[in-house]
Amino acid sequence: MTRSSLLRDSLIAIAVFAVLALLPFIVPGKGFTDFMVRLAAFGIFATSLNLLVGYAGMESFGHGLFFGLGCYSFGLIMQTFPVSIPVAFLATVGLSIVVGTVVGAICVRLNEIYFAFVTLAFQMLLHSLIIAWTPITGGDQGLTGGIPRPPFLGIRLDDYYHLYLFSTGLLVASLLAMYHIVQSPFGYTLRMIRDNAARAPFLGINVFRVRLMAYVIAGAFGAIGGMIMSLFVSGAFPDFAYWTISGEAIFMIMLGGITVFLGPMVGAVMLLLLNDFVTKMTTHYGLVLGLVILLFALGLRKGLMDFAADLWRDRQTPTSGPRPDTAAKTAASAPARAGE
Amino acid sequence: MDLSALASCLITPSCVITQTTSGLIIGLLLFLVAAGVSLIFGVLKVVNFAHGAFYMLGAYFAYTAYQLSGNYLIAVLAGGIGVALFGLVFERLLISRVYGSPVLMQLLVCYGAILILDDLVKIIWGADFLSFGMPSAFQQLPFVFAGGVVPVFYLFLIVVALAIAGLLGLLISKTRYGKIVRAAAVNPSMVSALGINTGVVYASVFVLGGFLAGLAGGLAAPVRSLTAGMGTSIIIESFIVTVIGGMGSVAGALVGSILIGLVRSFGTIGFPLFTEGLMFVLMAVVLVLKPSGLFGKGGA
Repeated sequence: MTRSSLLRDSLIAIAVFAVLALLPFIVPGKGFTDFMVRLAAFGIFATSLNLLVGYAGMESFGHGLFFGLGCYSFGLIMQTFPVSIPVAFLATVGLSIVVGTVVGAICVRLNEIYFAFVTLAFQMLLHSLIIAWTPITGGDQGLTGGIPRPPFLGIRLDDYYHLYLFSTGLLVASLLAMYHIVQSPFGYTLRMIRDNAARAPFLGINVFRVRLMAYVIAGAFGAIGGMIMSLFVSGAFPDFAYWTISGEAIFMIMLGGITVFLGPMVGAVMLLLLNDFVTKMTTHYGLVLGLVILLFALGLRKGLMDFAADLWRDRQTPTSGPRPDTAAKTAASAPARAGE
Repeated sequence: MDLSALASCLITPSCVITQTTSGLIIGLLLFLVAAGVSLIFGVLKVVNFAHGAFYMLGAYFAYTAYQLSGNYLIAVLAGGIGVALFGLVFERLLISRVYGSPVLMQLLVCYGAILILDDLVKIIWGADFLSFGMPSAFQQLPFVFAGGVVPVFYLFLIVVALAIAGLLGLLISKTRYGKIVRAAAVNPSMVSALGINTGVVYASVFVLGGFLAGLAGGLAAPVRSLTAGMGTSIIIESFIVTVIGGMGSVAGALVGSILIGLVRSFGTIGFPLFTEGLMFVLMAVVLVLKPSGLFGKGGA
């Protein structure tokens, strides 16, 4: 990744943000901005999970740990201390890095199945702490009483357009940062470990350290998603730390695709739209969503953007077929793995 | 944290007996679920995250059978057999399609299934907590050992669960079926080459796991309140048990489950706010000291 490409991508990001900033004037109404704020929260969260799943091959089932941590930590800091939002923001990122380092040090050595179990277990530990420590966290009622939003740098987050700008700005900036991480030498080291963890040490790579770094980075971004959520609901709820939030994030990345950087974003849009549609149509949310998940998981077995990428590749190189590096590692496609 | 309460409990025989029996009950019910998870993973290499939902179904099946028959034995068997049959359908319809898939794919399928099952339970049995009630046969004066009160039903549960654990151990270690199952866990293609239909073996292990989870649900029903989502905590504890005991080991599942049960029951006295957390601490310690689990072979 060269400096010029960083410049180019930054310009693209600024252009995208400018378009996003104008959108509420074209699509009026609080419904749209609300949707986009939620999309920012879940988009960052799902993309950060894909850093682990898609790029590092680390199948975490407990990424909601960081979403819940970001939510509660940010909310609690703002309620307890007279600090500005950026300070609470940085403190939360710092806390998630500390937690990520401790939990990661225990988890990242484990093989795929244990890694999935133990990450989930740590997430449920946070959930049970939230439920148990009622005096601090509000227990199963959640963190109520609202989050103070002192203005900073002229940004007033109690105004919904400001909140929209703040969230989409964070979304664009986070995506840019994560994109550069996966395009960096570090990102390619992750891919190598994913594809051949046995070979990496022979090339002088400390697999443990690289995976731990990936886990911590993904956790920090996951916490940013959680913070946006806590601003959106003006509080925090135990559900944000429950295992279903990890399940939803997994579904988002599987829905959108894990081989393309923006796949999780596409998945987040799809799942949020589906959520809104289903909750409007029926009270049996779980039933409908579960059926959609099964249809998708057993029928398609691949994310939307994975399909698009395969189609694109087939058209580029009609004779040679999909490139082996990605085809063999399409984690969402069982047949590819089964044939290994 | 209340260490003085814990210390004073540990030197009082009555408190030790009460907490130990309640810990054994938590642990042995957990074992019935965790053994299924562990077996299914050992043989099929599939993580059945929906196993907690099987336990829930067992409890609800038993509830309905008890309402209809008034006989607790029939109710427990209805839970076990009902879930075993359900497990067969589940394996053929869903799980058999994700053999060899990445873990997240398997978890995603189970996640979808749990959402559906929890919602179905709410539709069929209602969203409120259901109370099974203590079967009349067990409505007797409790036993008293050294001042510790032990309800008759608790003793019954412990004896039955231990008997099931023993039978399961014999089934796996002594019978021809057990030999095939153990062989299929190590080298399924060789088993298949010897003329054994591994598809049937896989399905049977899943049915066996379902039967155990259903029994656990039926046995737990009188001492737990029934609600959709009651399977979540037990499946996460099962994961912890398999991590502590070692994946695929029935003996490890038994030891791990009883450890978790005791930690939970004594933990409520010493660390009332951190009972759940203690399990995770225990798991983290085992992972750091012996990553393959107490009874696990091979590295994790």
